Amino acid sequence: MSLVPVKAPQAPQKFDLAIVGAGPAGMAAAITARECGLSVLVVDENPAPGGQVFRAAEFAGTDPALARDMAPGLDLIGRFRALDMTYRPGATLWMLDPDTGTLSLSHLNETLEFVADRILLATGAQERPVPIPGWTLPGVMSAGAAQIALKAAGLVPSGRVVLAGQGPLVWLLANQLIRAGVLPVLVETRTQSILRTALEQGGIFSGFPQLAKGIGLILKARQAGMRVISGARHLRAEGSARVQGLRFEGGYEACDTLLLHEGVIPATHISMAIGLDHHWDARQLCWRPRLDVFGASSHARIAVAGDGAVIGGWEAAVATGQLAALDAAFRLGRLAAADRDFRAEASADALLQARALRPFLDALYAPSQEILAPPEESTIICRCEEVTAGSLRWAAAIGATGPNQAKAYLRCGMGPCQGRLCGPTVAAVIAETRSVPVEEVGHFRPRAPYKPITVNELAGSPHGAHRLS
Amino acid sequence: MFRTRPDYRPETVQVFVEGRALMVPEGSNAAAALLIAGLPAIRETAISGSPRLPWCMMGVCFDCLAEIDGIANRQACMVPVAAGMRIARQHGAREVPR
Repeated sequence: MSLVPVKAPQAPQKFDLAIVGAGPAGMAAAITARECGLSVLVVDENPAPGGQVFRAAEFAGTDPALARDMAPGLDLIGRFRALDMTYRPGATLWMLDPDTGTLSLSHLNETLEFVADRILLATGAQERPVPIPGWTLPGVMSAGAAQIALKAAGLVPSGRVVLAGQGPLVWLLANQLIRAGVLPVLVETRTQSILRTALEQGGIFSGFPQLAKGIGLILKARQAGMRVISGARHLRAEGSARVQGLRFEGGYEACDTLLLHEGVIPATHISMAIGLDHHWDARQLCWRPRLDVFGASSHARIAVAGDGAVIGGWEAAVATGQLAALDAAFRLGRLAAADRDFRAEASADALLQARALRPFLDALYAPSQEILAPPEESTIICRCEEVTAGSLRWAAAIGATGPNQAKAYLRCGMGPCQGRLCGPTVAAVIAETRSVPVEEVGHFRPRAPYKPITVNELAGSPHGAHRLS
Repeated sequence: MFRTRPDYRPETVQVFVEGRALMVPEGSNAAAALLIAGLPAIRETAISGSPRLPWCMMGVCFDCLAEIDGIANRQACMVPVAAGMRIARQHGAREVPR
């Protein structure tokens, strides 16, 4: 290996607005920003626009298992594709300097660098971890993972499939699998009563379109003959070299693939790494960035939109993306405050409508404490470093006050995922052990590089003068 | 294990999983190719050597780390397949070339 000089660094290309993520929020923001005359850069880790909800929609739109769910995204993707902008798919943001507005990205094993006056994080949601005993066994996946395999490549799990957990995605995926010729068994962990939740939370009338869609999915899955086991507790994936079944209190279901899901939470890795203020959302049981009505964060250059701001689904994401773009145009002096506010009204109305059913859904599908903080000592919490619930409780008992201390004690959150997956569980277990609220124990503080990069990429960045060869 | 649905995704790309040629649907990523190949594991963990397959398929969990076209520790779920791509399992921690 030797060091060879590379060509002199060039000044990075500059944009009015850089958008991180090409899901519904990012695409809608790009469309609105272009309407306001801003120069726009969109970077996205995935190979095509759509985010997770409309992932590979341009491919999957003709797949009968998915067509009806992808249709609303195709129009948005079409309008996004037609924009006069710089769009870099397949580019992974590994560092963002909010003070200078510099984005460093990994793209085809090279480093790209851009600068922007405003930056919008539209990085979406991730699934909540489901740390049950045995969840690291091959053959156990998140429900979202199976859905992604279906969207991206038309794949379905072969053999017996058990879907376990709760949330709207569970019923949607069940329907998609059934349309694709796979009949799963659903082991539902929901503990809240539908009727009582509806009476307490409301939103049933204003959120009726979403509710009707959800009820339709439930009815269709049952009509197709899907067996549903309700109120399951103490889930445990069993098997030696791979999963062979799911055990729960009072039952056992043999399976070849086990798909787990307990809802989604904002993907806050980057917003936390750049030090934005976050607060604990007691209703959605997650951290989220502190934002104003336009999505502006605690940093003057940065806004956040979509499910990365607050879980609301794709229609809410579109609305928040539009609001953030209007605010960007205002802050850059391209739109008067009155014009911004006038144009924001339609988006604000759409946002209200999109979020109408959310309090009901959040309460109905609230994860149980045994999912948030697994009781069994041997359950793995940090999949990367294989840290168990028992060792975390020990660390908390001898003085680890929060996730960042526990990291130093046990390496949890120090593996390649950098605590993306275990973060919520680590915090919940420490909070439970210390008998304090989760917001008091805090969260991991991620750092750049947000994803591992090679030394070559680092050396080859515009700041690096040499390249390894 | 996962199976393809060629009626709906007819276009395929040839990749090599652990040296074995495999036709996978266009739009697949390297992790999907491993799922189609039906390997018992994509990697063994660096800590205990336990077998893993992908958990999230969306770039969060890093359980699908694999060696792709000779580069280890890549998130297989984030790498779209390309004709001739070589995808190999990863055993334990990545080795640093000397």
